[in-house]
Amino acid sequence: MAVIQVEGLRKTYGDLVAVDGISFQVQEGEVFGMVGPNGAGKTTTIECIEGLRQPDGGVITLLGMDPQKDGYQLHQRIGAQLQEAGLPDRLKVGEAMRLFASFYRHSVEWRSLLEQFGLAEKEKAYFGGLSGGQKQRLFIALALINNPEMVFLDELTTGLDPQARRAMWDLVRNIRGQGKTVFLTTHYMEEAEQLCDRVVVIDRGKIVALDTPAALIRSLGAEKRVAFTLSGSLDLQPFRRVPGVAKVERIGERVVIYGQGEKLLSGVVTILEQANVPFRDLHTEQPTLEDVFLALTGREMRD
Amino acid sequence: MKAFWNLMIAEVKLYLREPVAAFFTIAYAPMMLILFGMIYGNKPEAIFGGLGTMDISVPSYIGLIIVTVGLISVPIDTATNRDKGILRRFRATPLHPEIYLAADVTGNYLMTLIGVLLLVVIGKLAYHIHFSGNWLSVFLGFTLSALAFYALGYLLAALAPTARIAQTVGMVLAFPMMFISGATIPIEVLPHGVRQAANFIPLTHVVTLMRGLWFGDPWSAHLIEVTILVGTLVVSSLLAAHLFRWE
Ligand SMILES: Nc1ncnc2c1ncn2[C@@H]1O[C@H](COP(=O)(O)OP(=O)(O)OP(=O)(O)O)[C@@H](O)[C@H]1O
Ligand SMILES: [Mg+2]
Repeated sequence: MAVIQVEGLRKTYGDLVAVDGISFQVQEGEVFGMVGPNGAGKTTTIECIEGLRQPDGGVITLLGMDPQKDGYQLHQRIGAQLQEAGLPDRLKVGEAMRLFASFYRHSVEWRSLLEQFGLAEKEKAYFGGLSGGQKQRLFIALALINNPEMVFLDELTTGLDPQARRAMWDLVRNIRGQGKTVFLTTHYMEEAEQLCDRVVVIDRGKIVALDTPAALIRSLGAEKRVAFTLSGSLDLQPFRRVPGVAKVERIGERVVIYGQGEKLLSGVVTILEQANVPFRDLHTEQPTLEDVFLALTGREMRD
Repeated sequence: MKAFWNLMIAEVKLYLREPVAAFFTIAYAPMMLILFGMIYGNKPEAIFGGLGTMDISVPSYIGLIIVTVGLISVPIDTATNRDKGILRRFRATPLHPEIYLAADVTGNYLMTLIGVLLLVVIGKLAYHIHFSGNWLSVFLGFTLSALAFYALGYLLAALAPTARIAQTVGMVLAFPMMFISGATIPIEVLPHGVRQAANFIPLTHVVTLMRGLWFGDPWSAHLIEVTILVGTLVVSSLLAAHLFRWE
């Protein structure tokens, strides 16, 4: 069942077309990710769905309702972590939780939420005194305070350290495990690959791809790489005859062999052993969502 | 109701945790009273129709507290809440804007009321100030004046592009008003030209109304003040509601 249906969504800011007629659906219980370069229109899209921005065209249905007309009712049932939001500096963490809990008909026990997010000992701390990552965690805790059916996370791990990021991934998996639907945006392709059932790639307000991470990687036909470092000299010609090899590259001591198929690694290793030359740092690199992302959206920087 | 109550408590706590705001709302007027009390005492003066300086200062200083909250605290708080994305975050919840506004107004009103009560109690205890009005009328006049100035404050927040500009404009408006309206220096001792000009600022009408009601004038003696303050309240509220942006 589709919990979000977006049909021809369009949003402009003056002359700028931020979202240019996009359509997609999010299914109940899935983690749906939206990736795209800066300014691609991710926040605009997610906030139109949340009912915080008014679309200029298209139809959005969220949990069977219209976010523009039924905003208050929908906000009882969804949770949102916004890319840009704040709280008063002199409001304490526990006070913020209690305050937000009071906005909803039903709320969960906020102390255990704080504990889950590693903020239990910050209950009496001022919001203004929290670190960037702690603020981020507090906002995600606030997004869950009403035990929502559907959670929106706009850049959930921006500003978090690697430990906190991984802890956050566990929390998202946990949210999914409870049967909730998650709609997230991210700039970290590893995150999208790890967390999302399906990923939509948008660029300049348009959808350029939408599929499971694995299918996206496959569709790109990206090559695996086998790389190693050589100390002596070696004729690279035999590597070109290994089944599946597409390209052999040598930069100084470093050799990278691009190709596909199961035999790639064993073929390369066999040649190395036969040649009996010293080598180190042998490893394979799988194509990742990041390769897909860069292939689809190009390498030049966006505004 | 739960939301209203929690928001209002948060509002009051935040107010008290902001030392500058708390000082100017609660302590400033009583300090001025004590300072001028030490200079002039409360002996009857012909210029005040036989009342003492302290007698007329207490109702006048009510205007001082109202303008501080209305033109300084309300616009700074509101514009800051907008600039920092606090209002945006509230909008993503089922909280209705009317509840936010009601809680905000009530919180500010409570703070104003605390400042006024402290002023009156100190006036009574330290200088035995005269009171010959009706408490209910004074309370209603105070409430009308406060609401009119909060509405001006929200309008200022709606017009100002940033919290900094809201703060600067609020202070530029508030400080001269405090001195030429009779809220700080009795209107009777101001030069004629200043008194003429003072008629064009709303705070003067607050001071006139509060002093009048304090010493027992009937409402019918203050129709001009009431009309101006109700007008300020209605026009500012409508404009603020129309112009206000949540982000
Ligand atoms: N309120 C606004 N007023 C004017 N332009 C806006 C506004 N919000 C976004 N834009 C513009 O619309 C485009 C899309 O912005 P949006 O914030 O949706 O991108 P995004 O994909 O979330 O980017 P990022 O990854 O940097 O968060 C950008 O060019 C941005 O400058
Ligand atoms: Mg964004």
